[in-house]
Amino acid sequence: MNFTEEQIYRYSRNIILKEVGGKGQEKLLNSKVLVVGAGELGSPLLLYLAAAGVGTLGIIDSDVVDLSNLQRQVIHFTDDLTRYKVESAAEKISRINADVNVIPYKVRLDSSNIEGIIKDYDFIIDGTDNFPTKFLINDACVMHGKSFSHARILRFDGQTFTHVPGSMCYRCIFKEPPPKDAVPTCSEAGILGAVAGVIGSIQAVETLKYLIGTGDLLTNRLLTFNALKGSFREVKLNKNKNCPLCGVNPTITELTDYEQPACDLK
Amino acid sequence: MRYKLDITKDHCPMTYVKTKLELEKLSSGDILEVILKKGEPLENVPRTAEEQGNKIIEIKHLQDDIHIVVIEKG
Repeated sequence: MNFTEEQIYRYSRNIILKEVGGKGQEKLLNSKVLVVGAGELGSPLLLYLAAAGVGTLGIIDSDVVDLSNLQRQVIHFTDDLTRYKVESAAEKISRINADVNVIPYKVRLDSSNIEGIIKDYDFIIDGTDNFPTKFLINDACVMHGKSFSHARILRFDGQTFTHVPGSMCYRCIFKEPPPKDAVPTCSEAGILGAVAGVIGSIQAVETLKYLIGTGDLLTNRLLTFNALKGSFREVKLNKNKNCPLCGVNPTITELTDYEQPACDLK
Repeated sequence: MRYKLDITKDHCPMTYVKTKLELEKLSSGDILEVILKKGEPLENVPRTAEEQGNKIIEIKHLQDDIHIVVIEKG
């Protein structure tokens, strides 16, 4: 690949790294990453992936920017209120780096559209805030041999792991979404915005490592973070042979649309 | 094979970045002669090239503040 003088300068801090180099940068520019959710996790990770020069970023979100989002969804600004999040995010990305091609999807991901969308991408990032979509992304990616990054955050806590074909999946740990009354409702839930920055940034790091092909991914490991304690914990988890999705005798062979919680968290 | 690269007009970090991009195009054992200025480039380019697995064969003074660093790709 022939970089322009401007590209060499823009990506100089990537290229200078032994593990990245011009070859790694070329891989990034040729990569296609799908980000589900342009919210609390999507915001930081989209900014970093765009800045790093990931060539194509698909972004799925059907919501518009709400005032209560701005406390943590740092890709959206006050003058973006009522704009579609995918449009607001795409504009910021184009202002950071014109090398990045954004493909916006103003849809809600479900069992009828997920397979058609993920097939075009090298890596998928779960930046959603609800269990039904988390299970849907996990199931579709495992069924189609796609690698993805999972994350979930609440209050002062966050967790993340990376899946590649053959490694532990979300269903290896959690067989199904928790009962609705076990999920905090809008009035109970809170989140310290910077926690999303920590976990979203880890997802961005994992994505870049995967695309470049370097380092040890968070596979078969669940990384948890507690902001109040200021501590990370790593739980080693192997693929579960009794997993209903990727185990020896799978019982889940098609995609399911679980019911959404009564009130969607904004 | 022997190749040449002139980075006398470049500044940090482009000095090493351009050296590295050139080295990536070569095969192990190839020689790259980098023409650079004394000061930051002369201090950093050979050191970083060596840290990243290449061998510095020779550093020659050409004229005024211009030097040549001969690197063997690792």
